[in-house]
Amino acid sequence: MAHAHAHTVKRYKGLMDWLTTVDHKKIGILYLIAGGLFFLVGGLEAIMIRIQLWKPLNNFVSADTFNELITMHGTTMIFLAAMPMLFALMNAVIPLQIGARDVAFPFLNALGFWTFFFGGVLLNVSWFTGGAPDAGWTSYVPLAGSTYSSEYGVDYYVIGLQIAGIGTLIGGINFLVTIINMRAPGMTFMRMPMFTWAIFITSALILFAFPALTVGLVALMFDRLFDANFFNVANGGNAVLWEHIFWIFGHPEVYILILPAFGIISEVISTFSRKRLFGYSSMVFATVLIGFLGFMVWAHHMFTTGLGPVANALFSIATMLIAVPTGIKIFNWLFTMWGGSIKFTSANLFAVGFIPTFVMGGVTGVMLAAAPADFQYHDSYFVVAHFHYVIVGGLILGIFAGLHYWWPKMFGRMLNETLGKLTFWTFFIGFHMTFLIQHFLGLLGMPRRIYTYLDGLGFNEMNLISTIGAFLMGLGTIFFITNIIVTAVSGKKAAGDAWEDGRTLEWTIPSPAPEYNFAQTPLVRGYDAYWKEKMDGHKEMTPAEPLGSIHMPSPSILPLFMSIGLFIAGFGFMYHNYFVGGGGLALTFLCMLIRSLKDDHGFHIEPDELHDKGVKA
Amino acid sequence: MSAHSHVEGQLPHEPEKATLEGRNKILGFWLFLGAEVVLFGTLFSAFLALRDKVGDGNPTADELFNLSTVAIATFILLTSSLTSVFATQALHAGKKNAMIGWLIVTVLFGLAFLGLEIYEFAEYVHEGHGFTTSAFSSSFYTLVGFHGAHVAFGVLWIGLIIGQVLKKGLTVVTAPKVYVSGLYWHFIDVVWVFIFTVVYLMGKVG
Repeated sequence: MAHAHAHTVKRYKGLMDWLTTVDHKKIGILYLIAGGLFFLVGGLEAIMIRIQLWKPLNNFVSADTFNELITMHGTTMIFLAAMPMLFALMNAVIPLQIGARDVAFPFLNALGFWTFFFGGVLLNVSWFTGGAPDAGWTSYVPLAGSTYSSEYGVDYYVIGLQIAGIGTLIGGINFLVTIINMRAPGMTFMRMPMFTWAIFITSALILFAFPALTVGLVALMFDRLFDANFFNVANGGNAVLWEHIFWIFGHPEVYILILPAFGIISEVISTFSRKRLFGYSSMVFATVLIGFLGFMVWAHHMFTTGLGPVANALFSIATMLIAVPTGIKIFNWLFTMWGGSIKFTSANLFAVGFIPTFVMGGVTGVMLAAAPADFQYHDSYFVVAHFHYVIVGGLILGIFAGLHYWWPKMFGRMLNETLGKLTFWTFFIGFHMTFLIQHFLGLLGMPRRIYTYLDGLGFNEMNLISTIGAFLMGLGTIFFITNIIVTAVSGKKAAGDAWEDGRTLEWTIPSPAPEYNFAQTPLVRGYDAYWKEKMDGHKEMTPAEPLGSIHMPSPSILPLFMSIGLFIAGFGFMYHNYFVGGGGLALTFLCMLIRSLKDDHGFHIEPDELHDKGVKA
Repeated sequence: MSAHSHVEGQLPHEPEKATLEGRNKILGFWLFLGAEVVLFGTLFSAFLALRDKVGDGNPTADELFNLSTVAIATFILLTSSLTSVFATQALHAGKKNAMIGWLIVTVLFGLAFLGLEIYEFAEYVHEGHGFTTSAFSSSFYTLVGFHGAHVAFGVLWIGLIIGQVLKKGLTVVTAPKVYVSGLYWHFIDVVWVFIFTVVYLMGKVG
């Protein structure tokens, strides 16, 4: 494979292959590994939080450490675990679903991964350098300002997230362009698989939400490092401004998290019900509408800030409106299952378990949207229960469904079904045990973010149950890791159409997908392109082009070094060492310069090198 | 791939859109500009929220701003947008030398604008309007400074592109870069129009 058409390109092996790869499938695996590791870190933090709270007046960790734990748990889970695992599935699946050979910007794709990774590492280094961020994942000022957080913790938050955020924005732009410009012939927008639609809208949300976070983090960084006055009330700054900027990013962010899960669930339920997704167009419409409304509701996080009854009423109504498109989706999934011949694989168990769980999270969401009632729920465990129902019960169950579903396509082996079901039941029961009870804790008045509570308040038993549930979720995760190891060692080899009921283009090619994805770009003749061919009695897709040499982008080490440069620069600025800071930025700009000046000619894979058995000459 | 073998006369009419890579680059850049709109939108919002928070004894916007300097800067930057259009037109006409000429003029205008801005900032600091003076000053320097940094980046970037075109000629690889840098340049011009209105005019009148 090393020989190329016009230009010879160095192909790397082993570790260097992974450090230089621009292949979306490998980048997907990198995202999964890194996101999975951060998921374990965040999970460990959650377990420690629950150990501290299992009985009143416990002293497992100090109050300071508890604050660090809750801050890092939230930040890690959202930015470093959930989003990267979504990016893993996006990378692994989207180009295959739309019949493309690659993403629009393979180099930027690698850059996005490495910036996320080094941003995440930088954030977590704080544990070893004198204290992690401890102002909550929302990092509200003035608590996060230099007066009340004089240590370096919040600096790590501000700079680590900034670097990781660059990667996310790059990824969003990349997938928008990929989906708009690189669909196979015949794949119109209204023939795109639901997961592709979900990622399309998600990417648009990333595009318009993340720059707001960028500005917020810059402002907080300027306040902390260079004594600016954005949030310094003594010099005319405004603390509520941070809340607005944070949530105008933060609310779309929760839809950035949940929309891909909606997409995954749509694919999994449709495949394992062996039925076309019910109400496809309404599903698309609902996704777009949720994406749009997601930008209109940020102030519902600020009902108790004192914006006044008019603002609260408007944001309250706008928030409740989102229940309508979400309800459309729920009913569409139910009607997809209705009358289908359902197979309860592990993937489908997670998908079916998702539906009632997410509905419960949605119902408490509407409860919280009622501004007057929110004054009662605010900052109590009721809120904690609500967002864990939508994020863990929604997004994480969705990710598990997606991982079990697409694992064969990503790695070429079927995950073990017994272990998969064990994962589901322990995680699912553990989840409800942990968080259902927290609704009632909240209604009884237990505030969130407190490191301990007194005996005799009626909180004891419920907290104990919640902690046991958390351990059960931990057990579920261990089952999943066991499954990964067992599968890697002795898993069953997966066929191209691994579930035999594949409906979309990723199942028309071998598992795992070859480097060039499609030997011949397929011709799409309808929604559920592969299913349609099957129903018409065909075994494979009609090719849209003759067999020819395939152009591939060259691997590059530059994305890694650009991100290392930012990582170094982050440290330099944080500790006011401007030589180090400037040096890091110089490294990044040098890499950009090299990239800009040196044309990437890539290389070609010739038809005789294609090892895809399905190819017709 | 065989792009670098092209010579000027053989270029397609819109060389920037001749390849999928080129079309991807242009669409991706438009989307990036969409993100930039939100970035500056947030900076404008922060500035609008804080622009009256001058503090005691510090110069106000009305006292600070000298509209004639700003008007000259505006004139320079808007003219550079025109020369940038000429560069894109020369690109479409396949006239490499004319294109490079217009790009150089654009860069020079950009440098002149930056010189004026640095002079302006130095004046303000001299008059007691430093970065840490007040919420107004912090948000002012952040907003206008972000724009200035964009201009500076644009100057460097277009400078590099001029070098590339000189070295490699006008090809389907270099053409999208020229085109996209033009989009960027117009965008920072549009942002400046808003800065001129929201920061300077409203500072004088509002």
